[in-house]
Amino acid sequence: MVEDTLSRPASMDQARAWRVAAGVPDPEIPCVTVADLGILRSVEIIEGVAEVALTPTYSGCPAVIAIELAVETALLDAGFEVRIERVFSPPWTTDWITPEGREKLRDYGISPPAKTSTSKMGMFSNDEVNCPRCSSPDTRKISEFGSTACKAQYVCKACAEPFEYFKCI
Amino acid sequence: MTYAQPIKTAFVETLITLGDDHLILGHRLSEWCGHAPMLEEDLSLPNMALDLLGQANNLYSYAAELEGEGRSEDDIAFLRNARQYRNLLLVERPNGDFAHTVLRQLYFAAAMQPFWQATLNCSDERLNGFAGKAVKELATHIRHCGEWVIRLGDGTDESAQRMRKAVEELHIYTDELFQPNAAMRICVEAGLIADPAAQRDIWNTTIATIFKDAFLQVPEIAFPQQGGREGLHTEALGHLLSELQYMQRTYPGMTW
Repeated sequence: MVEDTLSRPASMDQARAWRVAAGVPDPEIPCVTVADLGILRSVEIIEGVAEVALTPTYSGCPAVIAIELAVETALLDAGFEVRIERVFSPPWTTDWITPEGREKLRDYGISPPAKTSTSKMGMFSNDEVNCPRCSSPDTRKISEFGSTACKAQYVCKACAEPFEYFKCI
Repeated sequence: MTYAQPIKTAFVETLITLGDDHLILGHRLSEWCGHAPMLEEDLSLPNMALDLLGQANNLYSYAAELEGEGRSEDDIAFLRNARQYRNLLLVERPNGDFAHTVLRQLYFAAAMQPFWQATLNCSDERLNGFAGKAVKELATHIRHCGEWVIRLGDGTDESAQRMRKAVEELHIYTDELFQPNAAMRICVEAGLIADPAAQRDIWNTTIATIFKDAFLQVPEIAFPQQGGREGLHTEALGHLLSELQYMQRTYPGMTW
């Protein structure tokens, strides 16, 4: 579980720094925060400096630098000295999106990833994707890729709503 | 991690070699942006390019850091000439038609996905982190491009004929996927990367399975083409680099 790998806030400063960092929204999908997505790995106060570990979703995610800057700025504004570390291991998975994050995505019109990430090498296989509007499982993939690397395009055959699906990786 | 010589030099060279594969193929895919046969593919090809460019950036940054001589990842990408690049000949081949592009991507991903999977068991923690992401991303590339190879091979007379032509033209470059250069062999020996040669059977199986559904024959290659791993490239790489490096060569030190 993701909670096991995140450091628990040990002091009041640390708890406050975590809250500040955790509240930063994702620049591409502003309905969720970096904590909701599970890309904020840890916040520790070491010798007075807030040391933040963030992990990228995809290797080439163009939002990585924007996210790091936003977290740094938020902490600087809250009066912390900041050091940001980009961690790659263990690799991010959509399983780390929190239950609240999944709900926020659905409310925003993005279908959250199917529950467990597995290898998807089988040709022409599809995740079972529910419509974020009417919850129907009767949906069809239009495009494997969408406005960002992490999303695919679907359409609901029940209510005819086109929507984005947060791909499971 | 710190490494003693001669491992350090070999590891830096290996990271750059792998980075070169990803940068050059990523650049090739990015050339499709705005030109793909349909909107969905206009999204998919640059998205796959982004995965590869991200992987190249990680590999180059780590190489620059290990080397410790003040080079940045941008210096490695933009300030070397063709003979200093160590990428596979396969990845520098021009895009050709859509059949060529998806087949080239399938050939590459089907070799690199198991390579990164096996590299997860190697000893360098940073590289393992990159590998963990690459494994997932390249699995998507295999699936997406494999589906297209099947659709086109099992499609109309025209699409099947184009797919066969792509196989005929690109298959001669695939042997090099399994031919590590001297630096890579040192890293294999030192347990830093998986052996590219050991991925051949998995690759053969993946390609044979997809080709069967696509009604394509796996050709016998009498004279496989290689040389990229030693810096001996086809004419295509120079043309690619002239575009890739244009800004940095014209305005040295430019940043944005």
